[in-house]
Amino acid sequence: MGYLSSIFSGSATEGSLFASVSVPDDVSVGFPVLPALIVIPLLGALALLAIPASRSELLRPLALLFTTATAALSFWLIGAYEIGRNVELFQFVSHHEWISSLGISWHLGVDGISLFLVALCGLLFPVAIIALDPDHHPKSYYVWLLVLEAGCIGTFLALDLLLFFLFFEIVLVPMYFLIGKWGHDNARYAAVKFFLYTMLGSAIMLVGIVSLAFLHAAQPGNDLTFDLVEIASAQSLATTTARWIFLAFAVAFAVKVPLFPLHTWLPDAHTEAPTAGSVILAGVLLKLGTYGFLRFGLYLFPEASVYFAPLFLTLGVVGILYGAVVATMQRDLKRLVAYSSVAHLGFIVLGLFAVTTESLEGSVLQMVNHGLSTGALFLLVGFIYQRRHTREIAKLGGLQRSVPLMAGIFMLVMLSSIGLPGLNGFVGEFLILVGTFSAHRWWAVAATIGVILAAVYLLWAYQRVFHGGGAGWGSGTNAAGGVTAPSSADNAAMPDIRWREGVALAPILVLIVFLGIYPRPVLDRISPAVEDLVQHVETHVEGYDHPSVGEGITGVGEAQGDSHSETAAPPATGSHTPELP
Amino acid sequence: MESLVWLIPLLPLAGFALLLLGGRSLGEPNAGKLATAATGASFAVSVLVFVGLLLLDSHDRSFTFTLFSWVPSGSLSVDVGFLADPLSITMALFVTGVSTLIHIYSLGYMHGDRDFSKFFLYLNLFVFSMLILVLGDNMLLTFLGWEGVGACSYFLIAFWFEDEANATAGKKAFVTNRVGDFGFMTAIFWTFFAFGTLNYSEIFADAGSVSTTTASAIVLLLCLGAAGKSAQFPLYVWLPDAMAGPTPVSALIHAATMVTGGVYLLVRVNPLLAAADSWVPEMIAWVGLATAIIAALAAVAQMDIKKVLAYSTISQLGFMFVAIGVGAYTAAVFHMVTHAFFKALLFLGSGSVIHAMDGEQNMSRYGGLARLLPVTSITFGVGWLAIAGVPPFSGFWSKDEILAGAWNHNRLLWALLLFAAALTAFYMSRAVIMTFFGERRWGAGTADDSTAHHPDESQTAHSPGASAHVHPHNEPPALHPHESPPTMLLPLVSLALLAAVAGVINLPFVKDTHFLEKWLEPSLFHNEASLNFAGGTKWVLAGVAIVAGLVGIWLAVSIYLRKSMPASMVERDFFARAWRYDEAISAVAGGPGRKAFSALAFFDHKVIDGAVNMVGGAVQVSAKQLRRLQTGMVRSYALGIALGAVVLLVYFISRASF
Repeated sequence: MGYLSSIFSGSATEGSLFASVSVPDDVSVGFPVLPALIVIPLLGALALLAIPASRSELLRPLALLFTTATAALSFWLIGAYEIGRNVELFQFVSHHEWISSLGISWHLGVDGISLFLVALCGLLFPVAIIALDPDHHPKSYYVWLLVLEAGCIGTFLALDLLLFFLFFEIVLVPMYFLIGKWGHDNARYAAVKFFLYTMLGSAIMLVGIVSLAFLHAAQPGNDLTFDLVEIASAQSLATTTARWIFLAFAVAFAVKVPLFPLHTWLPDAHTEAPTAGSVILAGVLLKLGTYGFLRFGLYLFPEASVYFAPLFLTLGVVGILYGAVVATMQRDLKRLVAYSSVAHLGFIVLGLFAVTTESLEGSVLQMVNHGLSTGALFLLVGFIYQRRHTREIAKLGGLQRSVPLMAGIFMLVMLSSIGLPGLNGFVGEFLILVGTFSAHRWWAVAATIGVILAAVYLLWAYQRVFHGGGAGWGSGTNAAGGVTAPSSADNAAMPDIRWREGVALAPILVLIVFLGIYPRPVLDRISPAVEDLVQHVETHVEGYDHPSVGEGITGVGEAQGDSHSETAAPPATGSHTPELP
Repeated sequence: MESLVWLIPLLPLAGFALLLLGGRSLGEPNAGKLATAATGASFAVSVLVFVGLLLLDSHDRSFTFTLFSWVPSGSLSVDVGFLADPLSITMALFVTGVSTLIHIYSLGYMHGDRDFSKFFLYLNLFVFSMLILVLGDNMLLTFLGWEGVGACSYFLIAFWFEDEANATAGKKAFVTNRVGDFGFMTAIFWTFFAFGTLNYSEIFADAGSVSTTTASAIVLLLCLGAAGKSAQFPLYVWLPDAMAGPTPVSALIHAATMVTGGVYLLVRVNPLLAAADSWVPEMIAWVGLATAIIAALAAVAQMDIKKVLAYSTISQLGFMFVAIGVGAYTAAVFHMVTHAFFKALLFLGSGSVIHAMDGEQNMSRYGGLARLLPVTSITFGVGWLAIAGVPPFSGFWSKDEILAGAWNHNRLLWALLLFAAALTAFYMSRAVIMTFFGERRWGAGTADDSTAHHPDESQTAHSPGASAHVHPHNEPPALHPHESPPTMLLPLVSLALLAAVAGVINLPFVKDTHFLEKWLEPSLFHNEASLNFAGGTKWVLAGVAIVAGLVGIWLAVSIYLRKSMPASMVERDFFARAWRYDEAISAVAGGPGRKAFSALAFFDHKVIDGAVNMVGGAVQVSAKQLRRLQTGMVRSYALGIALGAVVLLVYFISRASF
């Protein structure tokens, strides 16, 4: 009870066993939670490999057991994460020497930003396993899923550049096989495209990582290290150099997000991947890109991030509008959802590069929200595909009559995706836009048009898939006496949500509503990390000040469009978040 | 008692939650009764809160109840808090009151529908959202209610989703409203940027100290939002189509409550309107006027009884916008309340007629129903007199206040608005006569319509085969119009009483009878425009308004009852098609708009993805070329090595210096 109330009240857990994990160095007190989060899925993969072919019925329960254990641990982490004054930002740190001659260390840590991404990972993997079974080779399917989970969680926890790179790359392999082996008709093309495209980006990032470490070490007083916190707080690179290296990182993340115009691997990969693959791809893998921009862009290269912000803001807005327009015209339901991700991720990138407390918190929250709502949409599309063996919108119709429960769930998830207030999608989108507006007004205004377009493509899709089904539907003849498409009978005979599908969706649906009404437990944990980041940017970027709101009422600084141009910046108020009027 | 304010929205929410969990097993009629009880209880609490406020001094009548912190982030802090002040409680009272009556009516109207409990589930969710809209103490919470009612409106318009037309109408309503929401959202961003808060009381405290430009921009953007929700030009197109929903929905959402959301919002932010440039309210007034006239002229030529009422609603909302524009906020709220009564009454009455006529909505197939549907026709008659502006019915008093405000502001505005008022009297009289009086144009043998002037209708009349197909109810074996069940009549009678006497809440005779004006004063911060003409003028204006209404009625009687003038004189094709405005929008969206979208999708597929594949292809091709070198034949490798060795040898020899 005390534990639960600590989540909801947002107060720090006192007297917790892990309260003192702020020890910076090799010793971490108590149970190594973060390594466990990575190791448990890996152990699961090993355990599954040991299961003989004759006992294949054990595969799913075992995979479920290990992913659920990971999930439980990741949720526990949310409650145990301390917030408040005078606590370390990175908690549960696990720091060990690894290859000391090269300055590479095993350095894991969690802050308010990665906390919820890890939990999202924890949630989505068991959900994907509960919802659907693979149609062949279950053993390797589950093994790859577990390896994928370890890779994803590792990426979010790594605080060492090379360790991060390692996890970032490891993720590609299981995903490649999941798409290629269990995907749909055109899966091999999509898998290869996905692999090569993202690989190309990360190759450039590796160059960036290595040069960053060596240039950092070249400065007097610095040792060779790949430690993120150390390099980020030193900020020892020359401005121009840092900008170039930032771009090397940015390419990798832009492909991963994906940002327009580097997005075309996404619709192919999402559409061809098996349902679980699409859920993880959209829910978790895309966040590796936005998370990367945040942790290895803004944190590592604050000046370059602010310098290139107009470029990325523009790409974000273009992604929002372009993704929405292209989504509207898709004939394949899964492809439509895939393009909607391009639009949603555009919002997240917009919030990241607006660099205000509100927009950054909104972006982090929206990463979670998008994982939930798009994950659920892919599940639902998967359920439809499983029943109808088609994703073509034109062949569906009238489903609200045959599968009312599924229709209701789809509606809820869709409204969350549209950003209806009261559901989770709105809070994130709103914070992104309101924060962006105070720093970069016109980008926010243009992005808000995307809010209209989201309603267009999703409602139209819903209408074509679920509405209709009037007289003669399913009986082969329509009201005019003509013969209806043969698909109509299949649509009418479609079975509704099964219990295990419902179980898989239930936690997502609960969170969609809960986070829409009471996002505070999440925001309270994100905010120290974000405020620290904004502080970091203010410290290291000359001429950047967090835009202040409420200036209008004194009649000054009202048209402060570009907050980081030196002329428009108001005098710093001491605190990076301005006082309320 | 005002601290009970949080219960007002929570009761319908509880109803919604219960129906969500057990609605299907409750079934008909218990699910409906539960929903009705929840709304009724909410009305009772509203009355308590109203009494609680009434007992306070007028300047203390503002009470905020905060439930919890909703979106705390950076310098933004938004609570779920409810504001009980005269304006919000006025809204809450008529919203819950009218809702309860319409819930009761729906018990009868939705009888036998297979989604009976789902209907009430949506209704309760709607009432909850509407109450959040009016009771929210900050802009973001108002926006939550705003979107919530929009979503419910979408669900309920598309309630009978099997028919594509209903589904399309629902989608159209949602998307058009989203265009307005773009304005509302941007206004919220701007407000936060300028004021650092979204809380109404904090915004209003500082409204005077922001620059005029800021205030103007915020109000203009809010106005766009309001134009979407309250169906004003240029965003009114969704409302006539919204009539695809069940009639109680048209009455509740698309006449009495939701569509007044925009009016409420603009009245709520009156301090911002006062701080804006003077051309901003001026524009609101003229937009309202244009809407009032455009919609009234469209209503004149409609054949579908619900379409008449829909255009009439748009037109009446235009009146309220005029009132806001000229600073007659009390008149706007007054008309909003009386309109809620008489328009809900008219819609429910039309529902009763449609019910009696077995689903027929075309007035050219009505006629002579007065004797068969006595209660419906008398109550509908009350609604007609109220909207036509005949004293002492409620509509007269509220419309007169708006006209007085318009006269006070601009004489031309007044004259044109008077014209719209005369049109109102005309089209409603037309609808009443075509429905309840004259010869019967229904039943076997009387199916050919002599009064059909609508081009589409006359077409179908000329080809009976086609018309039987389009209108399954055209020649029913035996049509016996019958009065509706008591559950439907009780709300009709209650609303008729309200529509008849609601004028008493703000009578113009002496200062003491301006109850509503005095009551609303704390919410209006002295921004109400004061009338600058003599009391005598007011009487003259009222007289002129009565005459205008009577002219409208007389004209309708001459054309439709006495038939001394041809109906074609007014029923222009252009008006029947509502100025072809909707068609034009559809043509653009379905033509160039769709083509542009397709072109972009094509661009994505061919150009952007094409480029990616081209790079991939180029790599593949060059790899293939390079692969030829790796033939796997040892002799060719040996040859290569030998050649290389020779080249290297030559190179080193040439570099060597002897």
